[in-house]
Amino acid sequence: MSVLSAFLRRPAAGSIVSLIAVVGFYILFGGVNVVTLFGAASWLNFAANLGIIAIPVGILMIAGEMDISIGAMIPAGSMVTAIISGYYGLPIWVAILAVVGVGVLVGLVNGLLTVNTTVPSLIVTLGTLVALQGIVLSVSVFLTDSVSVALEAPPWAKLAFGQLIGGSHQVIILWWLGLTLVFAAFLHLSPIGNWVFAMGGDKVSARNAGIPTRKLTIGLFMVSAIAAAFVGMCQTIQFNSAQVSGGMGYIFNAIVSVVVGGVLLTGGFGSVFGIFFGTLTFAIVSQGIYFTQIDRNWSNLIIGVTLLIAVGMNESFRKLAMTAIRKKGTK
Amino acid sequence: MEMVHTAPVLELQSVDKSFGPIDVLHGISLKVHAGEVLCLLGDNGAGKSTLIKTLAGVHQPTRGKILMDGAEVSFATPRDAAERGIATVHQFGGTFPLMSIGRSFFVGVEPTKGWGPFRIFDRKKANDIAVKAVRDFGITRIDDGDRLVGGLSGGERQSLAIARAVHFGARVLILDEPTAALGVKQAAHVLRIINEAKRRGLAVIFITHQVMHAMAVGDHFAVLIRGAIAADFRRGEKTREEITDLMAGGETMADLEASIDAQERRHA
Amino acid sequence: MSQDISRGAAGGSLGRLARRPESGAFLGLVVVYIIFAVLGGKVFLGAPGWSSWLNMAAEVGIIALPVGLLMIAGELDISVGSVLPASSLTVAILSGHYDLPLWIGVAGGLGVGLAVGLVNGLLVTRTTIPSLIITIGTMFAVMGLTLGLTILIAGSTGVFVVPDALTKSVFGAAFGGMFQIGILWWAGFVLIVLALLHVSPWGNWVFAIGGDRDSARNAGIPVARVTIQLYMMSGFAAAFVGVTQVVTFGSAQVAAGSSFIFNSIMCVVIGGVSLTGGAGSVIGILFGTMTFCIVNQGIFYSGLDPNVGSIIIGALLLLAVLSNDKFRAIALSYAAKKK
Repeated sequence: MSVLSAFLRRPAAGSIVSLIAVVGFYILFGGVNVVTLFGAASWLNFAANLGIIAIPVGILMIAGEMDISIGAMIPAGSMVTAIISGYYGLPIWVAILAVVGVGVLVGLVNGLLTVNTTVPSLIVTLGTLVALQGIVLSVSVFLTDSVSVALEAPPWAKLAFGQLIGGSHQVIILWWLGLTLVFAAFLHLSPIGNWVFAMGGDKVSARNAGIPTRKLTIGLFMVSAIAAAFVGMCQTIQFNSAQVSGGMGYIFNAIVSVVVGGVLLTGGFGSVFGIFFGTLTFAIVSQGIYFTQIDRNWSNLIIGVTLLIAVGMNESFRKLAMTAIRKKGTK
Repeated sequence: MEMVHTAPVLELQSVDKSFGPIDVLHGISLKVHAGEVLCLLGDNGAGKSTLIKTLAGVHQPTRGKILMDGAEVSFATPRDAAERGIATVHQFGGTFPLMSIGRSFFVGVEPTKGWGPFRIFDRKKANDIAVKAVRDFGITRIDDGDRLVGGLSGGERQSLAIARAVHFGARVLILDEPTAALGVKQAAHVLRIINEAKRRGLAVIFITHQVMHAMAVGDHFAVLIRGAIAADFRRGEKTREEITDLMAGGETMADLEASIDAQERRHA
Repeated sequence: MSQDISRGAAGGSLGRLARRPESGAFLGLVVVYIIFAVLGGKVFLGAPGWSSWLNMAAEVGIIALPVGLLMIAGELDISVGSVLPASSLTVAILSGHYDLPLWIGVAGGLGVGLAVGLVNGLLVTRTTIPSLIITIGTMFAVMGLTLGLTILIAGSTGVFVVPDALTKSVFGAAFGGMFQIGILWWAGFVLIVLALLHVSPWGNWVFAIGGDRDSARNAGIPVARVTIQLYMMSGFAAAFVGVTQVVTFGSAQVAAGSSFIFNSIMCVVIGGVSLTGGAGSVIGILFGTMTFCIVNQGIFYSGLDPNVGSIIIGALLLLAVLSNDKFRAIALSYAAKKK
């Protein structure tokens, strides 16, 4: 077995190839200055905000579920922080607890609806997405008479969640890197990680093997909701105010990052590092274009084409992984 | 009269199963002893899958008893049956084609190392045990526990699933059409594994509609027609032609007609 | 299949009605209409109220029909959100920027929709990639192409066109100053799709594909061709709405249409179509669309915070899927017993 084919059998292979291809494309055809590109903060900031959400969404997808309600959880986390600590002036830790609490609650609703019905979680979370959007807006209008609330976070909170490092890099980048490692350990090292793959591969067999599929599904929905609310909270602390709009863009961006990262939409296959590189690829395509001579209006075209090529690549790599033994064993 | 004096590992006594007004199984009585292969023959729709599900705890019998080692048992869930040592291996063997051999082998009972919250999945141990378990069954081509189950041949997948069941202490192995989707060579592979399981003292219930495969490994045969045992005999008591006729229902035409009449009356 | 069984069942007519896929949707429609009639009063019940939700329903409804058919067949189409502005801009660029006759622009716009649908259909049927991913990909690609080409050709993100009187009256007329002609088009599309799905054998194929793709293929149904046709229909429908918009407003914007992605899916789901495929009806989609738009527009007449509308829609959606879950369980159990 050559090193190359061992690499290609990993779920992350497609996303690493895509990342290299995209950077190469920008260097060759966009005349991008590599030093400027890698020194720039914009795409890293973008990747960090997206990546913290994409990983738990991807883990849910590996488990065979989908969560698009994250699109409303970002503004929800943002508004909860600003209303509690900004409008009512309560300590920031109260807001942080509330953010986690809202995440747990929404995750619980998504999870319970998913495990207790035969309705696909895409539809369940579409329902909670819309409902949550309405709740966030009407509650904030009801409580504060506005949809934009200011917040002055204490220095320690600012340092932890909303600092700029070196004037341009958001501190959330460190959170992203740290959480990537934590999620990777969870999925690939812990026994529960194995359950996630088993559940996505075959839910009934997983349940028969004694895996608490219901609890695990609900737990994963909670994690994705908390992650999205966390990003919203960090944005509020960073920019000193909460905006209820925004967040919808994250739905498709997260799905694209996850799928480019080699996760199988139907579950059972994928890796955290794949999602990490998928997010990086997405961020470079959409933000890196500003460093090229290519007109930035074409970035969505490049994203669409990258997605389709990357997913096609992932499909063939996965088939390669499935046939690996058969090819080797020439009897 | 009893040929073996120990109690059968698994026994059904006059088991009926109905779903609402539909009777699927009636009066099923079966025994299987340790180190014995019971072949359950029957055409599609004969009630084989309902019988398997009843044995595996998915369904509960409407009437009748299930006994293990001579004592009555009842399975509320598949988990109950599994804990009693009843393992079901389905047609396509490993159900997690995109998981590695080591990981799928230990789904739900992962070996760990480290302590407290830092207990991690022991990949090496899982892979070593899984690979050894299949190799002990004679599948020497498997040597890397990191390979995906989907990369195995159909026969190898079956073997992996059987090895897994045995490793986790199965006493009764229910094999649901393990050879149906396989070519001649692969089927021979699986039949060899069945013999090995029998040699190790497992009670095997081998469900099939291929008479040749049944005759190759079976000690005891039961033919299921329209949800009832139409014939029950031991190895060597019937020829292949006789068994094939039995499955087609030749000797039980009267029963069949009665059953059709009964159904027509119900639907009238 | 289960449909035929329940249709042939000799149960009471009420029970039979309750088992039809659209009955839940109809119930939802009645309840929602009564609630907003009480809250909104005369204005909502009068022509202004009706026109506001009917105008919206016509636009989203034209797209929801083929999207619903796709979902019955077990597929999704996200790209409708970018086909709509792509079509509008094609019309505006051809007939506004280049001053070609408007029929060429309209044909071009509709052609864009058919082309995107063809690409979607080919990719979905030729690869093993799920349609959700493929149509997200084509959505981004079409969005990028639209923006890039519009800037390249016209130099701005908005392009103007002055429609001639005939085109205006066909696609952009308004009756009584408020009822847009799109409502008639919508009604026409409903009748066509109704005939296609429930009367022609083709409709049976759609159900079969959604129920079990492999069995459908084995039964000799041209699964790939039907799937491609469905995607071309949804592309065409989105492009058609794009044409009516550009003719009505006289200008086309790059950033329009993304709201149609989820809105069309919501109308379909409220209408009782399951994403798992194989079940649903055109009448259900019609009711679902009406319900969605009554809530969406009625909220402005109700005196409630408009944002409450989203909560109601989310709740309705969940209620719809939950009750359909129940309805289906009843229908299936009945069919099983019948055997």
